[in-house]
Amino acid sequence: MQIEAIQEEIVDEFSMFDDWMQRYEYMIELGKSLPKISDEFKTDDHLIKGCQSKVWVHADMEDGKVVFTADSDAIITKGIIGILIRAFSNQKPADILSAKTDFIDEIGLKEHLSPTRANGLVSMIKQLKLYALAYQAKIES
Amino acid sequence: MHPMLNVAEIRKDFPILGRQVHGQPLVYLDNAATSQTPQQVIDVIVDYYSRYNANIHRGVHSLSQEATDAYEKARITIQKHFNIQHSHEVIMTSGTTHGINMVASGFTSFLNPGDEIWVSAMEHHSNIVPWQMLCERTGAELRVIPMNTTGELVLQPFYEELSERTQLVFCNHISNALGTINPIEEIIEAAHEVGAAVLIDGAQAAPHIKADLQALDVDFYTISAHKICGPTGVGALYGKTEWLEKLPPYQGGGEMIAEVSFEKTTYAGLPHKFEAGTPNICGGIAFGAALDYLNAIGMDRIAAYETELLQYATSELLKINGLRIYGEGTNKTSVISFNLEGIHPYDVGTLLDQMGIAVRTGHHCAQPIMDFYQIPGTVRASFAFYNTLSEVDRLVEGVKKAAQMLS
Repeated sequence: MQIEAIQEEIVDEFSMFDDWMQRYEYMIELGKSLPKISDEFKTDDHLIKGCQSKVWVHADMEDGKVVFTADSDAIITKGIIGILIRAFSNQKPADILSAKTDFIDEIGLKEHLSPTRANGLVSMIKQLKLYALAYQAKIES
Repeated sequence: MHPMLNVAEIRKDFPILGRQVHGQPLVYLDNAATSQTPQQVIDVIVDYYSRYNANIHRGVHSLSQEATDAYEKARITIQKHFNIQHSHEVIMTSGTTHGINMVASGFTSFLNPGDEIWVSAMEHHSNIVPWQMLCERTGAELRVIPMNTTGELVLQPFYEELSERTQLVFCNHISNALGTINPIEEIIEAAHEVGAAVLIDGAQAAPHIKADLQALDVDFYTISAHKICGPTGVGALYGKTEWLEKLPPYQGGGEMIAEVSFEKTTYAGLPHKFEAGTPNICGGIAFGAALDYLNAIGMDRIAAYETELLQYATSELLKINGLRIYGEGTNKTSVISFNLEGIHPYDVGTLLDQMGIAVRTGHHCAQPIMDFYQIPGTVRASFAFYNTLSEVDRLVEGVKKAAQMLS
């Protein structure tokens, strides 16, 4: 599935909720099904800076696609990184790099997008894209 | 009507308390970070810019004179509020951090390798980092007054190791992260016995306690206006005349000089020696207005009412399963730092925000305290005199709902 199609799917899912509680409960659920980073990678090198909670992200390359795993010590943050990984994992580096992130607004998480927000959603997106950039450079070299 | 305070009437003074957040009436419980501003203070700010905005101390024209008079009147208000002997001992600053840095910078030339500086284990970063920098510059050593698990300072090791090498002692009057009121009288007395100077960070105390600085015999005391219903970006540093005369100026510039030539500059007298450049004139005037506002209500009544809020909130929150409060000392102000077992404070704060309840989450710029408890941070609800018992109920309901969603 293309990144854009996955993003649309996520937006559709979130559009079913009438209130914030359902939205956050769903995010918490998504956090629980997050592809977990293996413990050996839960190190400071894999920490994303700028978050009030800890977020670790790891990337691997499988069959030309970037596979992300992550974890956080906060449940809502797990949900947020879970949503991002669902959209960007198992994709080609070039596709990740060119992907838009507008869908975040559409699922009512816009308030988390401000760069000064303590959860560091912006830092998370940047980190995923940095991994993609590194793998893209590897492919081209 | 509440027997101690007509809170319903007081709330009408604060336009912001009438707004909604995420479709719900705002419950503002982040007062330890910044307090809200009453209309009386907002009016003073508007009046300044509408009627007599001018630079102070130098103009011969009427506007400048009016602005100067209002600004200097605010200094006197601060002096009287804190029972300070001389108005020149009130240095207008941009806030508590500015005041601390002024003293830390000034002490650079007085310290030598081997000298000691003590700070308490429950300091705000703004009262740790400047001293670490001072130690780096001078070779002095930073020592720490430890704390116990109830969130109180343990003074014995400090008493035992105080010596003539101790030059400076720093402690907050009230911990921003825990709400503990520290025994500063004893700390000041012990430090003075070995000839050390004491700086007390009064940022968190000023909203709750009217400190009598002459009675405390403290050498320096710093406060921020925005914690006491005033604007941000303005505060005051109190210093004893003898210290302020000894300390070199912090910044060079206009206002702080007596005479300038390219060969030599002589500095202005107190307090102007420490007030280089055009100050936050409007902020300073509004700072005075904020103190007038609080004094019209009465600091004793405010403190008594806040104690009631604290006791009620503490007992109601403790009824929640798995909730732990950090800072259980008997002597504390209306700050409750807590966590739900196994739940990250950030998650609780995020959900409370969705319910229109503003609390602080994180390490509250006091990482050493979080390291001591081995936690990533806490949820901190801090109450002011305009908060109500029903707002406490909304907090408690909110925390219960968050606990349910997150577990």
